[in-house]
Amino acid sequence: MKLPRFVIPTFIALAALGGWEWFVRVGHVNDVLVPAPSHILQWFWWALFDKASFESGHYLVALQKGELLPATWVTMRRLIIGFAIGAAIGVPLGALCARVRWVRDTIGVLALGLQTLPSVCWVPLALLWFGIREEAVLFVVVMGTVWAVVIAVQESVLNVPPLYLRAAQTMGSNGWHLWSRVIFPAALPGVLSGMKQGWAFAWRSLMAAEIFVVIVTGFGLGSLLNAGRELLRMDQVMGVMAVVMLVGLLADLVFFAPLERWLRRSRGLER
Amino acid sequence: MSSSLQKSTAPAALTLRNVTKRFEGAAGRVTALEDISLDVREGEFLVVVGPSGCGKSTLLSLLAGLEHSDEGTIQLGEEPVLSPGRDRLVMFQQDALFPWLNALENVLFGLRLKPGLSDAERLESARYYLNLVGLGNKEKARPHELSGGMRQRVALARSLAPNPRVLLMDEPFSALDALTREQLYGDIQEIFTKRKKTIVLVTHNIREAVCLGDRVVLFSPNPGRVQQVFDVNLPRPRRMNDPALANLAAEVTTALSSHLTADKQ
Repeated sequence: MKLPRFVIPTFIALAALGGWEWFVRVGHVNDVLVPAPSHILQWFWWALFDKASFESGHYLVALQKGELLPATWVTMRRLIIGFAIGAAIGVPLGALCARVRWVRDTIGVLALGLQTLPSVCWVPLALLWFGIREEAVLFVVVMGTVWAVVIAVQESVLNVPPLYLRAAQTMGSNGWHLWSRVIFPAALPGVLSGMKQGWAFAWRSLMAAEIFVVIVTGFGLGSLLNAGRELLRMDQVMGVMAVVMLVGLLADLVFFAPLERWLRRSRGLER
Repeated sequence: MSSSLQKSTAPAALTLRNVTKRFEGAAGRVTALEDISLDVREGEFLVVVGPSGCGKSTLLSLLAGLEHSDEGTIQLGEEPVLSPGRDRLVMFQQDALFPWLNALENVLFGLRLKPGLSDAERLESARYYLNLVGLGNKEKARPHELSGGMRQRVALARSLAPNPRVLLMDEPFSALDALTREQLYGDIQEIFTKRKKTIVLVTHNIREAVCLGDRVVLFSPNPGRVQQVFDVNLPRPRRMNDPALANLAAEVTTALSSHLTADKQ
């Protein structure tokens, strides 16, 4: 009999968590610095629900008044807005880079350089330009997203097979029609993987921004993480780290991965 | 069976006069085509045949308007050929179907760019041509779900549907297996006889040239020039294994190899 594939990994994970728990409880390490998994879980629960409302039986209110969901919402809103702005700038700019030689030699090269710049480096500038405000965080996210998208779009447009263009041109397609009906659809798989990369960069830069910038307009996951450090609550720090990881995974799992799979399947690149 | 370059039995659809095309390559300047003068008559199936590097694909790009000649003129009827246009559609070596569209949408692509038709007429026309190439039941199939031969059939339907004045074919059979190719020769001949299209086919396959062409123009390489023109007066539909066809193909082959050996000396 063959075990289902998930059995062994689950067993190993449980064993590792159990070992960790035991190690901390026995007192081999300082449980302020390394909290036990059960402590993290406990934090998670009471971060999800507000204690007073939960105990009086108002579970929905408890969720709303808890720390975690509002913080996640604040972070997600920043991420989505920042990513949308970054993509909205990046896609046309990337197309322009592919289309116009001198734009490619200027903006394209600049994008290549700026993409290697970790987005935390934008934080001091953002603070000076925008002050301790929402715009500063958005700026850092946009800067994290836009260059990756520009480069991906430029590359995928340049890699559209010339044969498609020749065929379309002989059929009378040119200008906007050629762009919207041939170049863009042909470049779409590349553009999508560029978006995915841009999303990953946006996510990293947002965490950096939230940890460095204490924003009065909203308390995000990064701020929650940093607050955990200041309160010396490592269960909170590790708990938030787990949530950040989860959100990143979910974005890929429910949005990018299915979209990519559908695109590749419909073109016969994958069964 | 040699004949003059221009015969005035029918009006010329395409007229080439003293066309020369050069490329600047890494190895210096290469003359791809030199002083080509040729008429393609209305309703004629003209085949340009020659070894690789004789400029035959360049000739097709010039006729399509995808490239421009350095010297000489090309005319479609009375109009000079300056850019790509719906009146000259091309079937490429690879099918060049768009993978994000299904078979029907691919055929509709060119039709949608043709003005003066209603959507219903376009759809009807696309279906008619898909049926004509025997793929009426594959409307919804994406290119990757079709075999190589089927893809070239869709490409043929796509080039025929907007009803171009001239159909240009750039070795469209060379990537197919022999059986599929023979089937397509049959299909093309049937469509040609039925629809009386003007067709220019470029190929390196001499048998194929003789099987399909009303006239076969033999090109010689370095630089690409017209070496000899053969009239093919065999009745259609022609079969590849017809002895008369084989004889004529042998004649063309002899002409080609005699020229190539002469070239070496």
